[in-house]
Amino acid sequence: MSTTFVDEKPTQNLEAFKGVKKVPYEEYYTSGHRTCQGCESAQIMKLMAKAAGPRTIVLGSTGCMYVANTSYYATPWGVPWMHTQLGSSGSAALGAAAGLRAQMRKGTMKDEPINVIAFCGDGGGADMGLGAISATMCHPDYNLLILMYDNESYANTDIQISGTSPYGVNTSFSTPGKVKRIMNHRWKKNMAPLMMVGHPTVKYVGTISTSYPLQAMNNVRKALSIGGPTFIHCLNPCPKGWDFDPVLSFELGELAVNTGIWPLYEVENGKLKLYGKTEQIASGRFKRLPVRDYLLKQGRFAHFIEEDIEYFQSKIDDMWNKWLVPGIIPLQKDIETE
Amino acid sequence: MATLTIPVEEKKQTLEQEALITGAEAIAIACKLANVDVVTAYPIRPYDTVMQYISQLVADGEMDCEYIVAEGEHSQFEIVKHASVCGARVFCGSSGVGWMYAMEALTVTPALRIPLVAMVGNRALDDPGAFGVEHNDALAVRDLGWMLTWVDSAQEALDTALIAYRVAEDPRMLVPLAISCDGAFLTHSQALVKIPAAEQVKKFLPRYNRGDLLLHPDNVISVAPQVNEDWVMEIRRQNYGVTERACDVIREVYADFERTFGRKYGNPFFEEYMTEDAEVVLLGMGTMSTPVRVAIRKLREEGKKVGFVRLRWFRPFAGPELAKCLERFKAVGVIDRDFSFGSPNLSGVVATEVRSAMYTGSSTRPPVIGFIGGLGGREVTVPDVETMTDIVFQAAKGKAQPLTQWIGLRG
Repeated sequence: MSTTFVDEKPTQNLEAFKGVKKVPYEEYYTSGHRTCQGCESAQIMKLMAKAAGPRTIVLGSTGCMYVANTSYYATPWGVPWMHTQLGSSGSAALGAAAGLRAQMRKGTMKDEPINVIAFCGDGGGADMGLGAISATMCHPDYNLLILMYDNESYANTDIQISGTSPYGVNTSFSTPGKVKRIMNHRWKKNMAPLMMVGHPTVKYVGTISTSYPLQAMNNVRKALSIGGPTFIHCLNPCPKGWDFDPVLSFELGELAVNTGIWPLYEVENGKLKLYGKTEQIASGRFKRLPVRDYLLKQGRFAHFIEEDIEYFQSKIDDMWNKWLVPGIIPLQKDIETE
Repeated sequence: MATLTIPVEEKKQTLEQEALITGAEAIAIACKLANVDVVTAYPIRPYDTVMQYISQLVADGEMDCEYIVAEGEHSQFEIVKHASVCGARVFCGSSGVGWMYAMEALTVTPALRIPLVAMVGNRALDDPGAFGVEHNDALAVRDLGWMLTWVDSAQEALDTALIAYRVAEDPRMLVPLAISCDGAFLTHSQALVKIPAAEQVKKFLPRYNRGDLLLHPDNVISVAPQVNEDWVMEIRRQNYGVTERACDVIREVYADFERTFGRKYGNPFFEEYMTEDAEVVLLGMGTMSTPVRVAIRKLREEGKKVGFVRLRWFRPFAGPELAKCLERFKAVGVIDRDFSFGSPNLSGVVATEVRSAMYTGSSTRPPVIGFIGGLGGREVTVPDVETMTDIVFQAAKGKAQPLTQWIGLRG
């Protein structure tokens, strides 16, 4: 009788890049894609592939990073890549990892650690694919990473609201009208904590931003090295969907962090670590910028009147002042006892 | 006196065994013999017993595979799809609305050239709920590039599963294949089955080789990039090419199966029963063959020359061959355990296909009467078969009959 609690396989153990000058020149996501100017989602594809390196399989669910990204005869991918269905990033990663594992065990394929990454957009991940990702997070035997790039809308299909679109946003499914100014009453889905709290055996969950590329790459490397299924949520400003000048892409990524809207953190083996400006906000060394500075740079919030901005600000203030783990876990600090 | 005893494990390797098993168990054993790499399960009756057996085989160390219980049928089929692209031999299955829940994954699997072998434990679609057999579940993928076969015994289920891997993984094919087993009547009914020796199976079934379509860091390819109007027609035409080759490949594999294991299936596409001197025939798929055969033997005693054609392969549909067979008779009755609401003549799926095949493939075009019966697991009884035969004889005499009739319907 054999008893194994978790049947782990070794990973590639990718060390962090120690400074931008130590990052290798090789690109595994190169020319050939047709994404928009200033597309931060394409940026995370590039960083993710660079961080993972050549012994990697990438599975991409439907979304901008499929349709605009990978055209027949013009693929940008320098690692094996496959399209997967919109809601299937979780199943794709699980299937590939299981396929490799079985063949390596039986000796029909060379035994080596191969990175398996499935990416999805916010529509594919936070909406349609949530169930499959959740299921995959419960399989500790398989080494894989699900990376959700979040441009806060179905940006490839004409910009429609998704489960991660901000409150009140103007999209083609939530256009302000004569009677209703606000058509999207939903608050952004809190994906990384959902993954971390709901799946206690997951060893790594984190948020990243393409405005901090070195950190983003190192977090991808950590997620690929730690073993088991891991999840990263990346915020990606989108000039087309958010309606701003592409030169502002990088700045908006920073502003999302500096206003406290997009906290940067990682949870490694259950230990929460805030990093970058988020850590400074939490420790009181940096005062959050007003959300107005972020919102008013984007056409998608142009219909906001003062009270909308105030409401948005109050929700972000609550997030930092009232939440049990500020910016992350939305339970009230006061725990009721009888 | 010395007795020679061979250890059980060694016996399984080198000698054929015999066991009393269900249709579902037979397919589980075929998966073990085929050394399947990745299996995904999700519960729905009645196919799910195959996954119970596989789970036990894995726990007992008799089968070495990644056995994953998915969170829904869509994931179940997506997981094996990706495992197969990475070179693994895979198995999966479903029933009824579970199969329909996986529909998106079922759609892309043939387009991606995935040789997935699936078992469908045929079940009525909701609503209202019914566990029993109906063929509309598997038939829902008939236009998408899946190969579809119906079996009527546990032995045929086991043999067909081995044949299925050979056919699906043939480099000329690389498309998914579903083996339909009538819910309860086959999935849960036991029969004596000859289990081939593992070594023989190894000879019959070479390792799955995806060649230059393999997704692996040693073979840097991009699978299924966006093509739009530029190329989608050419790519669809490649799948059409598979259907052009399918009948030849299936014939080859059955011949090789016969050579290897000594069990004969004759014409792979349909099986004829007492048709040699028959004036009329009935035609159907799956386990209805049992009551039909019993009824035919009874009718023959009464001097009624009726035979039966059991269709084994629905996709590919051996149209010309079937038309040539059926034109020998004065009339044909097709028993559909399915429906195709709004179809020409309001018939079932099989009757519609048979008429279409006859229109081009037969010069005599005998009348084809469609019957709809046995839905939701209701039995097709011997008296039902007698009723249908009488109607077909009337048609053979030139007396016009309604083209679609519901049989065994309560008043």
